[in-house]
Amino acid sequence: MEAKPLIARGRSHEGLRDRLGFIGTLFSVTIIVLAVAGIYLFVFSKGLATFFVNQVNVLDFLFGTEWRPTLTEEEGGPKFGVLPFIVGSFIVTFLSAAIAGPIGIGAAIFMTEIAPPWGRKAMQPVIELLVGIPSVVYGFTGLTLLVPFIREHVGGLGFGLLAGVIVLSVMILPTITSISVDALSAVAPEIKAGSYALGATRWQTIWRILMRAGASGFVTAVIFGMARAFGEALAVQMVIGNGKNMPTSLLEPASTITTVITMNMGNTVAGSVENNVLWSLALLLLLMSTVFIFAVRWIGRRGRMMSR
Amino acid sequence: MPQAVPQGTPALSVRGLNFFYGKKQALFDITLDVPTGGVLALIGPSGSGKSTFLWTLNRMNDLVDGARVEGEVLWHGRNIYAPNVDVVKVRKKIGMVFQRPNPFPLSIYDNVAYGPRIHGIRDRARLDEIVERSLKAAALWDEVKDRLNASALALSGGQQQRLVIARVLAVDPEIILMDEPTSALDPSSTTRIEDLIDELRNAYTVVIVTHNMQQAARISDDTAFFLNGRLIEHAPTAELFQRPKRKETEDYISGRFG
Repeated sequence: MEAKPLIARGRSHEGLRDRLGFIGTLFSVTIIVLAVAGIYLFVFSKGLATFFVNQVNVLDFLFGTEWRPTLTEEEGGPKFGVLPFIVGSFIVTFLSAAIAGPIGIGAAIFMTEIAPPWGRKAMQPVIELLVGIPSVVYGFTGLTLLVPFIREHVGGLGFGLLAGVIVLSVMILPTITSISVDALSAVAPEIKAGSYALGATRWQTIWRILMRAGASGFVTAVIFGMARAFGEALAVQMVIGNGKNMPTSLLEPASTITTVITMNMGNTVAGSVENNVLWSLALLLLLMSTVFIFAVRWIGRRGRMMSR
Repeated sequence: MPQAVPQGTPALSVRGLNFFYGKKQALFDITLDVPTGGVLALIGPSGSGKSTFLWTLNRMNDLVDGARVEGEVLWHGRNIYAPNVDVVKVRKKIGMVFQRPNPFPLSIYDNVAYGPRIHGIRDRARLDEIVERSLKAAALWDEVKDRLNASALALSGGQQQRLVIARVLAVDPEIILMDEPTSALDPSSTTRIEDLIDELRNAYTVVIVTHNMQQAARISDDTAFFLNGRLIEHAPTAELFQRPKRKETEDYISGRFG
């Protein structure tokens, strides 16, 4: 008779904790889902208003090359062609990935396969430090060192796509390196041993086995880097020159989708067509980052199937 | 039935071998001849040094940080630890099969062709011939001949282990070292590997580490018993199991420890 209430009390205590834990974690997850859903809904409704409320033609928007939002109707109406910015975004994203991808993967190979263990221990915090540096510091450094350097030694004003590409390359390098290191560390040591046991050299093992075994991880690393480059606004805005025309050279000032938003958002009135157009650009960014995330997940799934 | 110890030059002569992981000594003064042809089984409890010893026979321990070897492993009269020895050639001629099947993340064909390719064979017809011969020798050809371009990772564990054996055979070794090759496999796959080892004994020298004494008794001609980093006894398998000379051996094979 005495034991029963004891157990019952213990149980109800545990039951209460269980329920609290359940409610607490459910609450957290609900917040996240609501935040994501809220952002999507908001950006979609604002971004689509440009086309449905302000009657801007979607094709003129996406493929127009003239960005003149303040042009009066008598002068030919405001023009909202954002193709130069889309092109700018893609150029800086792909070029910085093309530079930082091979360097990051090379650094990862050195850290995991060639450096002695203490070398890796020393490199790891350096890489993490680079990830943690705020983008404004990258931008400021680029502005102070890189822009004058390009102006004097390469040509042009210094501000332009080239400066943006270089700043972004440095910014995404640690991301690519650290994900590539993880990918290489995940390769089973037995596989490497199998290659050495057949008389392969270290280089043959790296080139023919590890590059293959790490391939899906490397692609994931580069896509994460590209997502970061595509979404970066501040550092790029500080060095890219914010030109409005279709870029014809890497040394010319240009803009990206993100820099146009940050440059203009303070100068427009909420609800105006100029403001709504910026939301449409935000929608474009949101869609692109969704594409990046799904690409990473798809590759990750394929990679897991391959290694099963 | 286990045969007599083959006569003639040993495939490997180990002389006074000491092995260290950093400061810790793992093998003590091992002297042992690996007879040419046939199967030598290395038995002993966990931590007895039998796997470590196997890894010293083709310098795979070079890959282990802080590993150090004293003494000699003579192969064709030369110490494989001598400074001017080509490790690539040692490992090519003294192949190794590991505990867990470790196919490369490549196709079945490319797994087998990997060894010949890294040793410089480019000719497609010759590679085709080597791949077919090796897969046949590893008793895997009939199961995979229609899907040579499929991923090796799609094979079952037992098939993967036979693929790994085919991969070793493809570089034309003299000696095949096997480190508990069936410990990760189910009984029927184990039987197939044991049958395969029985075939291989005719053309190669096989040294196999096993924690399974029945397996040693089934497949080997000679058995060496290791304990605490020392070679306790080395004799024809039947003799070692039926009339062990040393008390430690008797205790181990009668299941008193290990």
